[in-house]
Amino acid sequence: MSYTILARSTFLVTEKNIRIYYNKPPVIIFGLLFPFFLFLSFFMGRELDLFFFFPGLLAMSLFFTSSSVGPLITPWEKQAGTYERLLSYPVTINTIIMGDILAGMMFGICINILVTLVGLIYFTYPLQLLIFIPALFLGSFCFSTLGVLLASPAVRSPSQVMMFSSLIRFPLIFISGIFIPLNELGEVARALSYISPVTYFVDLLNYSLTGQHHLPLLMNFCALLAFSALFLSLANSFHRKNHLKGL
Amino acid sequence: MQEQNAISMSIVKVNNLKKTFQETRAVDNVSFSVKKEEIFGFLGPNGAGKTTTLRMLTGLLKPDRGTVHINGWNIDKDPLKVKMKLGVIPEVSNIYKDLTPLQNILLAGRFYGIKRSTITGKAEQLLQRLGIYEQKDQPVSEFSKGMRQKVSIACALINNAEVLFLDEPTAGLDVHSRKLIREVILEMKKTGVTIFLTTHDIEEANQLCEQIAIINRGRIAAIDTPENLKRIFKESCAVEVSFDRMPPPDSLSQIEETKHVEKRGDKFRITTASPDRLIKHLASFAEKENIAFTHLAVLGTSLEEVFLTLTEEGK
Repeated sequence: MSYTILARSTFLVTEKNIRIYYNKPPVIIFGLLFPFFLFLSFFMGRELDLFFFFPGLLAMSLFFTSSSVGPLITPWEKQAGTYERLLSYPVTINTIIMGDILAGMMFGICINILVTLVGLIYFTYPLQLLIFIPALFLGSFCFSTLGVLLASPAVRSPSQVMMFSSLIRFPLIFISGIFIPLNELGEVARALSYISPVTYFVDLLNYSLTGQHHLPLLMNFCALLAFSALFLSLANSFHRKNHLKGL
Repeated sequence: MQEQNAISMSIVKVNNLKKTFQETRAVDNVSFSVKKEEIFGFLGPNGAGKTTTLRMLTGLLKPDRGTVHINGWNIDKDPLKVKMKLGVIPEVSNIYKDLTPLQNILLAGRFYGIKRSTITGKAEQLLQRLGIYEQKDQPVSEFSKGMRQKVSIACALINNAEVLFLDEPTAGLDVHSRKLIREVILEMKKTGVTIFLTTHDIEEANQLCEQIAIINRGRIAAIDTPENLKRIFKESCAVEVSFDRMPPPDSLSQIEETKHVEKRGDKFRITTASPDRLIKHLASFAEKENIAFTHLAVLGTSLEEVFLTLTEEGK
């Protein structure tokens, strides 16, 4: 009985999040325009080959879209008082977290399938679907989990969470080897790049789109799984500790 | 034997509940039980521990010590089973403002595993009873505080809860909304629902509750029926009087048997140990001053006085 209740509540939290927080014109427009702005910011005016830059652009886009709304849901709900109502239903903190993660993951996947299609229209990539699809799912799960983890500090104001979230997410992009290939990075920079989950995701996208990669594929998948498990466990622990703070 | 029956009839049993936040002991050894189909009032001043207790009773907060059993289930061990049988109406009407009342209730119902077809009918009935059926498809963001509170109540009633927890359900509402919500509470009781009500409104507790617990500084100061509480604290009564013209200042406090005089609007409330003797003296006073009574009433100890006595003692 409990498993049915838990599965149902996870599904309902996901559905509620998509309906209330993601399925809004500003959020969808942000999701669609964001990859374009990333392209303008990081590609225009630089002598880069778009064919090889596109997997990195897609990785950045998935990273930001999957983890963009997740950090805000809990503070928004705490501010509106709906978090307390949600907790009064037959749910657990874990199911709320999982619902938040799945909503972010679905948003990231939907937006980035469109971005991928645009890339596939312009370039003839030797697409490795068997790697690309699991990488897309695992990457969006990992990034969405990071987003939900960032929602766990005991603050009531979403703006504080946004600052904290930007402080964590941007450095993870810059150390990930998107802009400079891993084999061209210095030793310290390369060591740093291994602490960013984006590094492993970019490597998987590079392989599934261009056929090039620097790390073993299994290692990339395992690293993304390990980051996901770490973020999930920290998110559970912090949310449990702080769930009544800010109510 | 009678006591044993009462315990077996209890649907909510709270034993030695304790909760400390850093250095502050928010709830200290709180124990009580609520009988099936009873309206149980939980009164206390701000910061007394009402909301902390309510959060522990509804599974939102883990106690440091003590147990909460609802219908025989320990909320700490079987939170999901217990929550399936509960309805909670928090103080702030925390519903999703982007959704309509119907969507809010449907969402609530689905969390309890009720089929969509069943919820819709029940939701419409509830909205009709609460007088907001016409607005069922409007976003809640356009609603007044009272209307939002009604939607919040409808969300809590959708699962046919056995125990309903209400945290200040009528706070800040207009007279009509308060009356309607009190009527709904009484209707729920008639259908067999047990109601746990925290309130600041002593008159509301007096009117609705069969048993009242007064909490102060995290401890239960008294638990009894409203009438018994008043009887226990019946040290003095009051006579409320008004005249066709104002008596000379301070003249009322000179009358024999008068303990204390308080002016309330156009009336005077005179505290006394002997209301019958005071009335005789008041009649002589009125005759002497050549003034007539326009209102005269003997007031028993009010629940408000009991509350103030208990909560001030604690300070």
